[in-house]
Amino acid sequence: MSAVIDHGHGDHPHGPAPGLMRWVLTTNHKDIGTLYLWFSFCAFLLGGSFAMVIRAELFQPGLQIVEPAFFNQMTTMHGLIMVFGAVMPAFVGLANWMIPLMIGAPDMALPRMNNFSFWLLPAAFGLLVSTLFMEGGGPNFGWTFYAPLSTTYAPQSVTFFIFAIHLMGISSIMGAINVIATVLNLRAPGMTLMKMPLFVWTWLITAFLLIAVMPVLAGVVTMMLMDIHFGTSFFSAAGGGDPVLFQHVFWFFGHPEVYIMILPAFGAVSAIIPTFSRKPLFGYTSMVYATGAIAFLSFIVWAHHMFVVGIPVAGELFFMYATMLIAVPTGVKVFNWVSTMWRGSLTFEAPMLFAVAFVILFTIGGFSGLMLAIAPADFQYHDTYFVVAHFHYVLVPGAIFGIFASAYYWLPKWTGHMYDERLAKLHFWLSFVGMNLAFFPMHFVGLAGMPRRIPDYNLMFADFNRVSSLGAFLFGATQLLFLYIVVKCIRGGEPAPAKPWDGAHGLEWSVPSPAPYHTFSTPPEVE
Amino acid sequence: MMRHPRLGMGLLACSALSQAQAAWDVNMRQGVTEVSRSVFDLHMTIFWICVVIGVLVFGAMFWSMFAHRRSRHPQPAHFHENTRVELLWTVVPLVILIAMAVPATRTLLHIYDPSDPDLDIQITGHQWKWHYKYLGEDVEFFSNLATDREAIGNRAPKGDHYLLEVDQPLVIPAGAKVRFLVGAADVIHSWWVPELAVKKDAIPGFINEAWTRAPEPGLYRGQCTELCGKDHGFMPIVVEVKAPADYAAWLAGKKAAAAESKAQAGKVWTLEELVAHGEQVYKTACAACHQPTGEGLPPVFPALKGSKIATGPKEGHIERVVNGKPGTAMAAFGKQLSEVDLAAVISYERNAFGNALGDMVTPQDILAFKQAAEAGQGMQPGQPQPQPQ
Ligand code: HEM
Ligand SMILES: [Cu+2]
Repeated sequence: MSAVIDHGHGDHPHGPAPGLMRWVLTTNHKDIGTLYLWFSFCAFLLGGSFAMVIRAELFQPGLQIVEPAFFNQMTTMHGLIMVFGAVMPAFVGLANWMIPLMIGAPDMALPRMNNFSFWLLPAAFGLLVSTLFMEGGGPNFGWTFYAPLSTTYAPQSVTFFIFAIHLMGISSIMGAINVIATVLNLRAPGMTLMKMPLFVWTWLITAFLLIAVMPVLAGVVTMMLMDIHFGTSFFSAAGGGDPVLFQHVFWFFGHPEVYIMILPAFGAVSAIIPTFSRKPLFGYTSMVYATGAIAFLSFIVWAHHMFVVGIPVAGELFFMYATMLIAVPTGVKVFNWVSTMWRGSLTFEAPMLFAVAFVILFTIGGFSGLMLAIAPADFQYHDTYFVVAHFHYVLVPGAIFGIFASAYYWLPKWTGHMYDERLAKLHFWLSFVGMNLAFFPMHFVGLAGMPRRIPDYNLMFADFNRVSSLGAFLFGATQLLFLYIVVKCIRGGEPAPAKPWDGAHGLEWSVPSPAPYHTFSTPPEVE
Repeated sequence: MMRHPRLGMGLLACSALSQAQAAWDVNMRQGVTEVSRSVFDLHMTIFWICVVIGVLVFGAMFWSMFAHRRSRHPQPAHFHENTRVELLWTVVPLVILIAMAVPATRTLLHIYDPSDPDLDIQITGHQWKWHYKYLGEDVEFFSNLATDREAIGNRAPKGDHYLLEVDQPLVIPAGAKVRFLVGAADVIHSWWVPELAVKKDAIPGFINEAWTRAPEPGLYRGQCTELCGKDHGFMPIVVEVKAPADYAAWLAGKKAAAAESKAQAGKVWTLEELVAHGEQVYKTACAACHQPTGEGLPPVFPALKGSKIATGPKEGHIERVVNGKPGTAMAAFGKQLSEVDLAAVISYERNAFGNALGDMVTPQDILAFKQAAEAGQGMQPGQPQPQPQ
């Protein structure tokens, strides 16, 4: 621990090092948080531009812009970059910035590892993106990379893809260890577990999920590597292997992974709604237990992604019931947020707008999730655009709006300036309209029979696809406005007080804005 | 585009109508089987449950956003828990879910019971076409996309069944319980026909069971729903349900055609005839990867134009087409095409795209090659990878 507390020993300067090396060598949780957030935003734009290619091709029937082979690379890279490059690093960035501030810790528990886990990411994604320029093209087997399409039938670049996944996994695991070590060891005196802000709680639980499942992901890609280069037949039927095994292992990682992408957003929204309702969070204790229940259940529902692979009927029933059960703790959360707003004194600044939209639209995604959980009905939904609509409703207004809400909520703390509220509201409304236009019609085309991951479709799907594409272009373009708002806020603006939101609670608001380079070198008092 | 006999007026008129309206269709289709209707009912039940919950939750939220905004409600309340309410909204959803699980379980058990079929059809997914084999009937064929590549490339108009039309549909008899044994030869595919509510993954090394009982004659269209590579979007499924008598006639016709094509192998072909026929075969079987120009999409799909194999000795060329190249998308066509088709397409490849060898491969050459392979290795030619049995 002394390495942490000693951060500014005697002769060291207390501010950041000058120049570029500040960012390369930094062990400061705020710098690393900033790095993660910028990295995530770049990945968001890159993954988003791939989505624009997809939507442009699907704007009308026929093949016009890209070949099917390249289209598949776009869908694959879009998914991989959004999941591993945009959403997960954004939450790690928020964790780095906010967890120490929220629990009164001077920094993360393992600052050097923190630096390393960030700097693995540019390497991993550099490698991943470079595969697009390799002979045979990049990964083209979907972000779920089912074998044997991703092994026996994969382009040669798959080896680089596997290595990139390994690097991302190592980075995530180290990030998770750091969060757990920080939360369990560095809380200020008096900050008992049941006093922690929900963001800290949800991140603590997320970190355990990460440690549990990232090694499983590493395992499955290693098995692929063995199949491809070392003559094993884990997933090759010709050699006596089992392609379905791949899916079991992948989804044992994959389902907890989707909660890894949403639990921290639950936490952030649980801070923002009380602030702008000027009323304490309803049901704090049940929120903590509901998060725990969701995390537990997330390990026993994986085969709901595999209802049509032909698992025995007993398995089918088990996974159907378990999946339906997840709706209960998820419902508890939603009811608690609504009750928090009930008889509050509400205002709708940008963070609140995003948080309210989060609750509504995430719930819609939960509804379609519940429908997908009904196995016989899933026989009709599975691998259609209905599923695409479902997971974009939980991930875009879920994870991404949660990140936007957090960004606006804490930007004054990070930069010392208020952001431009008028532009932020514009950002919200354009995003809201764009994303609903893009994703709501996907429910319809999915139900009407349009499979996912196809570059061309029958004319009966044409009208809704055009609407989707227009919505997607609107949503995509709007994110450049977000970039402008953030840059503007960093460069200036109305100075932010230590606590810019009158209804806010928590230790992060007890330090000045912008938060000094070192905070809580002596632990604060927690009542 | 195909024209189909209008059978079973009522239903078909209905489905034709829904086809026309599909442009702004917002809901799942009810389908035509008992199973598809009970699936549809489940879908609607769970949908309305969600709507009711949504109206309550969002109603409370919107009311709160309106009535409890600061300008109207400056003094916030301070309550932050209520055990009774919290218990209630844990238990009530649980009860609703249990109520929902009952019909879902019933339908699932019904779907999972493929016993006592009247007819077994083996469905095998290939990159990028379906193979249908009528077990015990000695009838099997491939079903390929029939949409014109010009239409896909926007150089020709698109018909109503754009991308949902095939050269040979799967034909089944109305009223019979048909069991599908679903497998795959290369990667995972998934066989889906929405109107029958049948979707089953086709997985190499596995045989999955599914079944349907279509009550009325009709024509039902579907697609592959598991990403299976480049042309995943281009391997549709068409099921034609025929009245039992029509089905029997169709089956007899199929058997006769198979016998005739065997006889054709003995015919003496000229190079022109072979190349002309080979061009047709090339378009359906080879062009998706090697491209109509023969230039391929290197490095995954090599060019045939000037290639070592396609301009080398005949034996090597025959070997590659008949046995394929294991571990790549190059399938073993020995099992998929007739001797005539194989001879024709190989002759075509040796005399097209600027390959001008001037020689030809005859059906007899193919037969001889297959027999030699059989004698030499005691194994089935054209089957380097075990097919799901
Ligand atoms: C009430 C809660 C939820 C339920 C009951 C549920 C249920 C399901 C089911 C059954 C599927 C499989 C559909 C299929 O492939 O046929 C699915 C897919 C998916 N869900 Fe959810 N879900 C819920 C919440 C979430 C959340 C919170 C997230 C992420 C933040 C999420 C992300 C996804 C993703 C990414 C997929 C698709 C993965 C793929 O195939 O590419 N879901 N969900
Ligand atoms: Cu899942």
